[in-house]
Amino acid sequence: MKQQTIETLVRWAFMAVALFSITALCLIMLFLVFEGVPILKHVSLKEFVFGLYWYPTSDPADFGIFPLVVGSFLVTLLSGVVSIPLGVMTALYLAEIASGRTAEIVKPMVELMASMPSVVIGFFGMVVVAPFIQKTFDIPVGLNLFNASLMLAFMSIPTICSISEDAIFSVPQALKEASFALGATHLETIVRVIVPASISGICTAVILGMSRAIGETMVVLMVAGGAAMIPGSLFDPVRPMPASIAAEMAEAPFGSEHYHALFATGLVLFAFTFVFNLVADYISHRFRQTGEASL
Amino acid sequence: MESSTKMHTKGLDFYYNDAQALYDISLEFPQNRVTALIGPSGCGKSTFLRCLNRMNDLIPKTRAKGEIMLENMDVFDPALDVVSLRRRVGMVFQKPNPFPKTIFENIAYGMRVNGVRDKALIAERVETSLRQAAIWEEVKDRLNESALGLSGGQQQRLCIARALAVEPEVLLMDEPASALDPIATQKIEELIISLSKALTIIIVTHNMQQAARVSDITAFFYMGKLIEVNNTDTLFTKPELKQTEDYITGRFG
Ligand SMILES: Nc1ncnc2c1ncn2[C@@H]1O[C@H](COP(=O)(O)OP(=O)(O)O)[C@@H](O)[C@H]1O
Ligand SMILES: [Mg+2]
Repeated sequence: MKQQTIETLVRWAFMAVALFSITALCLIMLFLVFEGVPILKHVSLKEFVFGLYWYPTSDPADFGIFPLVVGSFLVTLLSGVVSIPLGVMTALYLAEIASGRTAEIVKPMVELMASMPSVVIGFFGMVVVAPFIQKTFDIPVGLNLFNASLMLAFMSIPTICSISEDAIFSVPQALKEASFALGATHLETIVRVIVPASISGICTAVILGMSRAIGETMVVLMVAGGAAMIPGSLFDPVRPMPASIAAEMAEAPFGSEHYHALFATGLVLFAFTFVFNLVADYISHRFRQTGEASL
Repeated sequence: MESSTKMHTKGLDFYYNDAQALYDISLEFPQNRVTALIGPSGCGKSTFLRCLNRMNDLIPKTRAKGEIMLENMDVFDPALDVVSLRRRVGMVFQKPNPFPKTIFENIAYGMRVNGVRDKALIAERVETSLRQAAIWEEVKDRLNESALGLSGGQQQRLCIARALAVEPEVLLMDEPASALDPIATQKIEELIISLSKALTIIIVTHNMQQAARVSDITAFFYMGKLIEVNNTDTLFTKPELKQTEDYITGRFG
């Protein structure tokens, strides 16, 4: 065969594969829309998203997912509050402060933890963390917003830490030396030069780390407590969107209102993660400093 | 014209791991003079320079022996705060290394980490330093733009201004013009000569003409040893040692 014919064939093959995967994804999207939208025949969009009551099986049923949205939002927010500082500070410690030997041992361990299956983390949250919280804070149940946020944070920390570490490590030695030569201490150099120079990589790390937690189902299903209400405190149970979908899909009759409501919840969850990605992308571009140490 | 000694080293040895890089270097740097360190690549010029502000502390498993004095401050005194040493002994590196910050913040950095809070004072000294480094006219309208948008020669003068802003007494320069084109190089050389009115300058260069043009004193290093030091004119016209003569006439390099 002629060289050119092979080239053309290869190009077509790649295009076919790309087309296939993109089409499949589009079909899933379409399916989600087709199965979700019919719920609007029963409730208005406003009642669905901002309705305060989620009683899909009572008669008449209530399809208000606002408590689920709030649950997802709070769990994500709180897990970020825990995982971002812990992950980034661990990365700074490993890249800048720890001795070479310590970093060599700890780094692979952190990376290994990134591959921990979520069901294991959920299990740990149920049998270890929940009783601990229950006793320490003297509350009736340990499965709640706090526990779920903590477990999700532990899912994100390894990713945040190891990717941030790469970004921090790649800050040129010349910049650090410039800072030291001007009479800056190590801490000042970290805060004023190293972190700003690697901030865009750190943002990427946070996005990747948190996106592992944001649509996470298993952990929240196991440890969030499952009550579809707006929490009044850290120790109230919540029912984030993925947990609700996973728990109810099996019992919702095919084609029923409940069934459509769950698909619509999936659509809202999709919008939620989409907005998260947009915001994260915007932030990481905002902080990008030309040329230096961006991932 | 005599000048008092600003800084000196005595019997300085330096080791990377167990490889000795400097052997018994004793050298004096007179106040307000430019001293050039010349010698072939790898002979220890940068290593020596980086001993003077203890920059080598940053490299693990290195060790120095001997004495370095800045007036009557013992540079190797374990009780010495190296921050205060580095404030008095500034450094300009071979490759321009501006921070990825604005031009203004690059210059203000040294003041900020040294506790200057007065905004008016910072703004004033930013301008003075940029003027001293002969770059004010080129950047005065873009102080809030990134320093990385400047050309290489401008970046290097910015780095000089950044070092000047903390008002050091000694300025160490490690081949400050080696990455620059001839016009930028000439600007840096003029700058060095004008700065020496107020500062003690120690400059590493592998360019002999440059050493001859800018320095008052020249020290020739070879394989980690100080071979010969003299007034620049004398060293280049009547070197005492054959080895020095061979190097400056380009017979080995
Ligand atoms: N970080 C380092 N670790 C180990 N050896 C080094 C290091 N830096 C320089 N050296 C060695 O020390 C010697 C002197 O180097 P250097 O001071 O950079 O020379 P110069 O600046 O005159 O070219 C060379 O043999 C070099 O290989
Ligand atoms: Mg050198």
